[in-house]
Amino acid sequence: MEPRAIFSGRLLPYLLILPQLAVSLIFFYWPALQALQQSFLVQDAFGLSTEFVWFENYVTLLQTPEYYHAIGVTFVFSALVAFFSLTLGLLLATMANRNIRGVQIYRTFLIIPYAVAPAVASVLFIFMFQPGLGMIARLLQRNGIDWNPVLNGTHAMILVVIVAVWNQISYNFLFFLAGLQAIPKSVIEAAAIDGAKPMRRFWTIIFPLLSPTTFFLIIVNITYVFFNTLGIIDTATGGGPNGATQTLVYKVFQDGKVGTDLGGSAAQSVILMVIVVALTAFQFRYVEKKVHY
Amino acid sequence: MTNRHFSAAAAVAVTLALATPAYAVTEIQWWHAMTGPNNDVVVKLANDFNASQGEYKIVPTFKGSYADVLNAGIAAFRAGNAPGIMQVFEVGTATMMAAKGAIKPVSELMKEQGEKFDPKSYLPAITGYYSTSKGDMLSFPFNSSSMVLWVNLDALKKAEITEPPKTWPEVFADAKKLHATNPTCGFSSAWGSWGLIEQFSAWHNVPMGSKANGLDGFDTVLEFNTPLETKLLESLVDLQKDKSYDYSGRTNTGEGRFTSGECPMFMTSSAFYPNVKANAKFAYNAVPMPYFPDVKGAPQNSIIGGASLWVMGGKSPEEYKGIAKFFTFLSDTDRQANLHQVSGYLPITKAAYEKTKADGFYEKNPILEVPLKELTNKPPTENSRGLRFGGMVQLRDVFAEEIEAALAGKKSAKEALDSAVSRGNAMLRQFERTAVK
Repeated sequence: MEPRAIFSGRLLPYLLILPQLAVSLIFFYWPALQALQQSFLVQDAFGLSTEFVWFENYVTLLQTPEYYHAIGVTFVFSALVAFFSLTLGLLLATMANRNIRGVQIYRTFLIIPYAVAPAVASVLFIFMFQPGLGMIARLLQRNGIDWNPVLNGTHAMILVVIVAVWNQISYNFLFFLAGLQAIPKSVIEAAAIDGAKPMRRFWTIIFPLLSPTTFFLIIVNITYVFFNTLGIIDTATGGGPNGATQTLVYKVFQDGKVGTDLGGSAAQSVILMVIVVALTAFQFRYVEKKVHY
Repeated sequence: MTNRHFSAAAAVAVTLALATPAYAVTEIQWWHAMTGPNNDVVVKLANDFNASQGEYKIVPTFKGSYADVLNAGIAAFRAGNAPGIMQVFEVGTATMMAAKGAIKPVSELMKEQGEKFDPKSYLPAITGYYSTSKGDMLSFPFNSSSMVLWVNLDALKKAEITEPPKTWPEVFADAKKLHATNPTCGFSSAWGSWGLIEQFSAWHNVPMGSKANGLDGFDTVLEFNTPLETKLLESLVDLQKDKSYDYSGRTNTGEGRFTSGECPMFMTSSAFYPNVKANAKFAYNAVPMPYFPDVKGAPQNSIIGGASLWVMGGKSPEEYKGIAKFFTFLSDTDRQANLHQVSGYLPITKAAYEKTKADGFYEKNPILEVPLKELTNKPPTENSRGLRFGGMVQLRDVFAEEIEAALAGKKSAKEALDSAVSRGNAMLRQFERTAVK
């Protein structure tokens, strides 16, 4: 039985959630509604001439081959980033959850990358991966790999995935570590006494018990890749070469901010919103059933 | 600083602020995108102007990249508090001029405020980019540059090339020769669309789009998918295979490949000069952009890059008076000549150019005269006066995408150019529709 707070009146609970409600309304619902409204308009950059066009922005969008390409790129990119940042985060958390000397120092260092802004992280990696100048790029070239993210789409994708994963690992690490520490030691010890080897203990006990954390992180990570990687892509590749790293959110930014086509850009963000809501709903409906609380 | 000290300081500051007669000074906000030494130039100009008189105060604010300034200005206008002066890059020109009511044309401003203003005293190759087809100046040129070919003379010597190339066939041949000593890059270029399409069209006196490249109307249609343009791109695609030519990205982030010695021939902005001067550890020079000698009339004249100052609409008469005075201040011959010599950006008046010449400045710094010679090579034609395509910022990205597709071997040069033109035209029609009639 969950503990439940009992309020005598009706007013107090509403008052208590009011600040959060206000934040949600002002910063989430209002802009979302504005995007919806904007997506039915054709307007110049300065807002001097406006024409109501119903669904024309959507129709135009769905007739553009580049848009479908961006959908494909987004799914490849999010799958790669979510997979690597979760597995590496879990691996590091498992490693740091042991009694070794200086564990606090390791943990601190593992958390630091999260404090680096995505765009800054991107710049750091550009320095290392710039063909002809960067350390890692030169190393690759010396070993016969023709590393060229400005022209090779696969290389550009690898570059942005590395930056996005590096930037997100700490977050996942932190949650996994907390999750691991919440698992009662006695359960693991009992298994060890029964003769279960570390790998088996991990897969049969620890991993299932971590599932609420993992489920939460999957949703957070997918949202992260869909939206927060904008800065990384903008600084690292600018969506190029030839659209190879142009994700949906980057295209929203490109068309809206750079191309000043606000209507088309708003239509894209509405579709993007629908996609993310659908993905999250799907996960709650089907994936959550496999979660043990 | 302890808390008490801080409050004391704050109190003093407040008292001082109150003591200053606020009514006497009209503040004019100037949003710009200049960093490093060029930011110092902006600040110094504002300070000098403010010190020269007591009625107006120019307040420069750095707002990020060129695109950031434009976006910040647009957002501020929509919210009803645009700055007085906005520095907008050349490709934002069509966006700004289409916004009638949001902007105040410079020629109109100067006339209204009774400032001495003779459009003929400015260099036409520079002001043409920012003027209507009738010659009315819309914005005030601030920092201008053009495209040149940077050459590493030491590397050329090593490859037994006696003089820097003048034509495209020579560039291709030299790039192949240089490949022996510089296997990862013989020749490269920055600003793909600006150099390989925009400058290339003007330099060969061929239209990039109809209606004088958009100067005569928003119903302009792109038409650069010609055999000439295809020939250039095909040759580069060919050279890209063994890296005799090696693409360096859409903007100027690859410029370091020239100063590091990796790419001995590099086509980019003349504004690269201070960087080369500081970092190149070899003998270098800048020469005019190459051309195809079989094109009649080539080379024509180059076009500019850089930014201009736009005056925003809906400001008070006092502010406009101050801005007009500031522009007169900027046009002063000595000030222009000095700006040019310090920053490396091009002078905007004929008198400043002549003065710098007379001072013997170019004998010591011949590289700084190369872009000016390109710009004034011949009187501008309707193909080389400038460009006015709506949404040009994003058009450049689209063109770069297609160039990348060709260089990566995903499309033929012709297919890439056709696609660049058709995608670009779709965007131009969208822009035409929203432009205020």
